[in-house]
Amino acid sequence: MELEKLRHGTELIKRGFAKMQKGGVIMDVVNPEQAKIAEEAGAVAVMALQAVPADIRKEGGVARMADPQIVADIVASVTIPVMGKARIGHFVEAEILESLGVDMVDESEVLTPADNSYHIDKNDFTVPFVCGARNLGEALRRINEGAAMIRTKGEAGTGDVSEAVKHMKQIMGEVRALKGMTKEELIAIAREIEAPAELVIETAEMQRIPVVNFAAGGVATPADAALMMRMGADGVFVGSGIFKSENPELMAKAIVEAVNNCDNAEVLAEVSKGIGTGMKGISVDSISEGDILQNRGW
Amino acid sequence: MLIGVIAIQGDVSEHVESLERALAERGEEAEIVTIKHKGTVPECDALIFPGGESTTLGKLLIREGIGDEIQEMKNAGKPIMGTCAGMILISKSGDEQVAKTHQHLLGLMDTTVNRNAFGRQRDSFEMELDLPFLDSPYNAVFIRAPGIVDAGADVKVLARIDDMIVAAEQSNVLAFAFHPELTLDTRVHQYFLDKLF
Repeated sequence: MELEKLRHGTELIKRGFAKMQKGGVIMDVVNPEQAKIAEEAGAVAVMALQAVPADIRKEGGVARMADPQIVADIVASVTIPVMGKARIGHFVEAEILESLGVDMVDESEVLTPADNSYHIDKNDFTVPFVCGARNLGEALRRINEGAAMIRTKGEAGTGDVSEAVKHMKQIMGEVRALKGMTKEELIAIAREIEAPAELVIETAEMQRIPVVNFAAGGVATPADAALMMRMGADGVFVGSGIFKSENPELMAKAIVEAVNNCDNAEVLAEVSKGIGTGMKGISVDSISEGDILQNRGW
Repeated sequence: MLIGVIAIQGDVSEHVESLERALAERGEEAEIVTIKHKGTVPECDALIFPGGESTTLGKLLIREGIGDEIQEMKNAGKPIMGTCAGMILISKSGDEQVAKTHQHLLGLMDTTVNRNAFGRQRDSFEMELDLPFLDSPYNAVFIRAPGIVDAGADVKVLARIDDMIVAAEQSNVLAFAFHPELTLDTRVHQYFLDKLF
């Protein structure tokens, strides 16, 4: 192969990778056994972690990138893509994950931020990034830094889907509101939401954000996953929802089938039967302000 | 004319848009339908397998009962094109990576495929690729791409990178390891449509 003819890490390749995940379920896993269960259930990728968000929330303290041994073991155990989480602004953790062969890095608010002013300059990396967002401005700022995929922040580790719903409706509503605006009006919006004007204009023209947009943060049941798809999500991340449920194998498979059948209530009823109880969860309004994860990042 | 795009998972809308552009360019009309469930494939005159995750796509194709329908379509001589994950699903057999996930293969083409022939995402690449049916190179986007390592005598090899076959054709079935649906260049889709019109 004439290596000089190959172009790596281009925007087309990074955004293209995210497009291949569309219509899929990405599952949090903490060891190779869980990764294999996810793959067998039909997950399109796994997120390799030291602990699922529900446990991170319970344990408290500083949450960091997973032990590279755990990540490497998971990478070796499955054929589907493996993602890993780096702290907001911690470009060295991202470099380490890239060197381990991780296929996408999640610069995630679930971990304790390493930089309170700046996110990672993701354009510099060969590996693509996914980042969380609560609104259009936040999504477009991340895309401007090089994110190839956006997910709602929701409120991770709760099993309460309400914040993911809120963020997805917020983003979709803001995109719809751009329709029919003149260029000068779009530039004014860009200033208001603190996003680059060219990305606001592109979003208005496409009538969607310019990269793949998944739902995340509180999805815990097949019905939750279907709900997010019906709101226009391109796919779903399920964190604690699978391996904190009573029967992870059944829950994982049911959520995959729910995404593919999100508009058929009869099938949804069928796949949701007899899969055991979902994760116990914690309602968002009972969490104290300081323990809210979605406010990390800006 | 009805062209189906398997829509269980992957970059479905990109294929639909590429088809629409290609049809407009040649001034022909056809209806495009996205397929998630059993029952629609038999009505189609041509079919596309998008890119996506082959492990996931294979499992859901079987769970949804679409696999047999596609087999019949192939036997009827209707054009079928697979890109990336689609190339894997079209194959007859796979390497150990494919075998270890109990991958469901449809065996529409007499080929043996290597699931991630060019490595992980950091190794994904774009390059100018020569294809025998085009008079200038095609910007081919390879994402965690597969490659054909072995092909039967009836398979026509369209392109190779080193020893790896990245584009192939066998009677009415086309397989590409890259993603023609990710660029605005419609020439690969036109080649597919040439088989229909």
